[in-house]
Amino acid sequence: MDAVLEIAVLVVALAITWRFLGAYMADVYSGKLKWLDTVERPIYRLLGVDPKGGQSWKRYGASLLIFSLVSLLITYLILRVQNLLPLNPAHMKAVTPALAFNTAVSFVTNTNWQNYAGEQTMSYFSQMAALAVQQFVSAAVGIAVAIALIRGFSNRGSSTIGNFWVDLVRGVLYILLPIAALATVIFVGEGAVQTLSGAVTVHNVLNNATQTIPRGPVASMEAIKQLGTNGGGFFNANGASPFENPTPLTNLLSVYLLLAIPFSLTYTFGKMVGSVRQGLALLGVMFVFFIVWTGITIIAEHGANPALSAAGLHSQSVGNMVGKESRFGTSSSAIYNIASTQTSTGSVDSSMDSYTPLGGMMALSGMMLGEVTPGGVGSGMYTILLFAIVTVFIAGLMVGRTPEYLGKKIQAKEMKLASLGVLVMPITVLVLTGVAMLVPSATDATLNKGPHGFTEILYAFTSQANNNGSAFAGLSSNNAFYNIMGAIAMWLGRFGVIVPSLALAGTLASKGVVPASSGTFKTDSALFGALLIGVILVVGALTFFPALALGPLAEEFSKGRLF
Amino acid sequence: MAKQFIRSVLVSLVFLVLLGVGYPLLETGVAQLVFPYQANGSLTSYGSMEVGQQWGGTKFFHGRLDPYTPLATGGSNYGPTSKVLQQQTKKAIEMWHRLGVRPTEELVTNSGSGVDPDVSVQSALVQIPMVSKARGIPATTLRNLIRKYTVSKQFGFLGESYVNVLQLNVALSKLK
Repeated sequence: MDAVLEIAVLVVALAITWRFLGAYMADVYSGKLKWLDTVERPIYRLLGVDPKGGQSWKRYGASLLIFSLVSLLITYLILRVQNLLPLNPAHMKAVTPALAFNTAVSFVTNTNWQNYAGEQTMSYFSQMAALAVQQFVSAAVGIAVAIALIRGFSNRGSSTIGNFWVDLVRGVLYILLPIAALATVIFVGEGAVQTLSGAVTVHNVLNNATQTIPRGPVASMEAIKQLGTNGGGFFNANGASPFENPTPLTNLLSVYLLLAIPFSLTYTFGKMVGSVRQGLALLGVMFVFFIVWTGITIIAEHGANPALSAAGLHSQSVGNMVGKESRFGTSSSAIYNIASTQTSTGSVDSSMDSYTPLGGMMALSGMMLGEVTPGGVGSGMYTILLFAIVTVFIAGLMVGRTPEYLGKKIQAKEMKLASLGVLVMPITVLVLTGVAMLVPSATDATLNKGPHGFTEILYAFTSQANNNGSAFAGLSSNNAFYNIMGAIAMWLGRFGVIVPSLALAGTLASKGVVPASSGTFKTDSALFGALLIGVILVVGALTFFPALALGPLAEEFSKGRLF
Repeated sequence: MAKQFIRSVLVSLVFLVLLGVGYPLLETGVAQLVFPYQANGSLTSYGSMEVGQQWGGTKFFHGRLDPYTPLATGGSNYGPTSKVLQQQTKKAIEMWHRLGVRPTEELVTNSGSGVDPDVSVQSALVQIPMVSKARGIPATTLRNLIRKYTVSKQFGFLGESYVNVLQLNVALSKLK
């Protein structure tokens, strides 16, 4: 019952946020808001950017790609020479080239897959100035692409889709930084650490225990890690660590921060295309998936753990507590992990690898739907718009009309781009998982045997190609194969979708508007919503069902067999 | 192209200073000023209240099955059909039975962090016979002690009710 109340509180908070943050973001990107003018203006002057000048989709895309490459280079360099830089109280060594490369790709693509343990690898400077900076800017890049695609629908006969530099700077200054700055204080108040002092060694006379406890500027990273749907934690234990996520309140705050921007962008979209109902339809679709997946996972985790039952622990009234924290219990843990896998965040407050077969499958399948429920900041919005285009096309085929969406004709070029954007992820996941199954060093890296071991690999590539970063962490992936293949998956999963989305924005922006007629398929209706849910499910289910059958389904139906 | 490259470098430097240095330093300043105890790791003379410790024997309440090594945090990651998990759990149950305790889920499982500072209230209650016998303290005294240090669900509905094991054991050592 308390789980229902927790979800109810979350939904009410998000509904209010949806209305106000959604409208606020629309004003930010249309340039109406000016309260940070004194900070912005010098930055544009330094860059030589005219904040009123628009860019064609090609120029917008080139700016974005070059910026991302430069970000990659800077992040890589900082990690490689962190031993020479300040704020390194634990004297961490330089990060090795393969790991630094994988980590840089991971944070620049908003994935935050971590082939390292933070407390053993990263200096404070690397955490603050390399990783957390990317947590801000990669999020701003994601929102920028969503806004550019929305402008494709709202602009008419236009050759431009906005200015990347302005969108980037405004996203950071007006949206991400103020919210993260406030949230950090709440995290610290509840018990998260925020200090530049090094680790501390304590001794307890009662049990004669001596511990060295690592610390650092944790809370400031925690806030942006959640708000930007990044997910990369300061410590290896991520959101399970009491220093990152100290109380059930910070747990719920984390879930709220994850969902705030992805859900609210549907309002921003509605407002910018001139009909909030259009945004409401997409919100409805996202929410249905989110709530169903959360519900099933909570129920699954309240069930018994088969291995524990086999060991003779017959009363498991609390549920599957393996890998879960006492202060959160099963319900709050499940809510956190589902919110995080469905927003392409990937932070965890409990060990994903130790979830029940069904619970683990919900996290995995949520990602396989393409991260649109509600997906990452920006990425969820632009990806669901690709699905919406596919949906109106299918609806158009059914009634034999040229499909249109928001007054824009959907023709061969738009369909090619939307299909490409939708298919990049599944192809990447299935090909790389298949390759991994043929490479002995890749299959040897699994901790668990049997179908669960296969799931660890499938989960890894699904997570990376969706820029999620969540892990079935039993997989030992800090080796050449996973560092390189993972980087490929992350890069394709990010820019393989962004480039078609921007191209789509360009062609749509150049079109005029077809006036709606009696034959126009209404895209703010429940019928459209239902059809969109169907398309997302069919694409996900048809593509991934065989792989799911080999992993979590085989495990679920193995009837007490252990591996 | 060259223009976009120079812009990328310049804006990255701006972000490096603003987000990579300015933001965390400002937050550290605020945190140290407003919440110095929490910001520095909730340290007491017995250890951190946020980081669990290993408690052996029968004279103290135990926490989770965790390794409690804060320099290597994380869960065991054993899956739900893992033979290793089954054997490990079996051993833990036998250990508790030897101590005269009927264990709960929390007492035979690893947490997610590997340094879980808490256990559920029930997990503390089931250990009362063990501690009571070892210390010669009546069970009712221990039950009252656990009740005193129980942290209820936050706002009455968030998370679980739990006991901080270090806090409970420090209070236990000061009884009488």
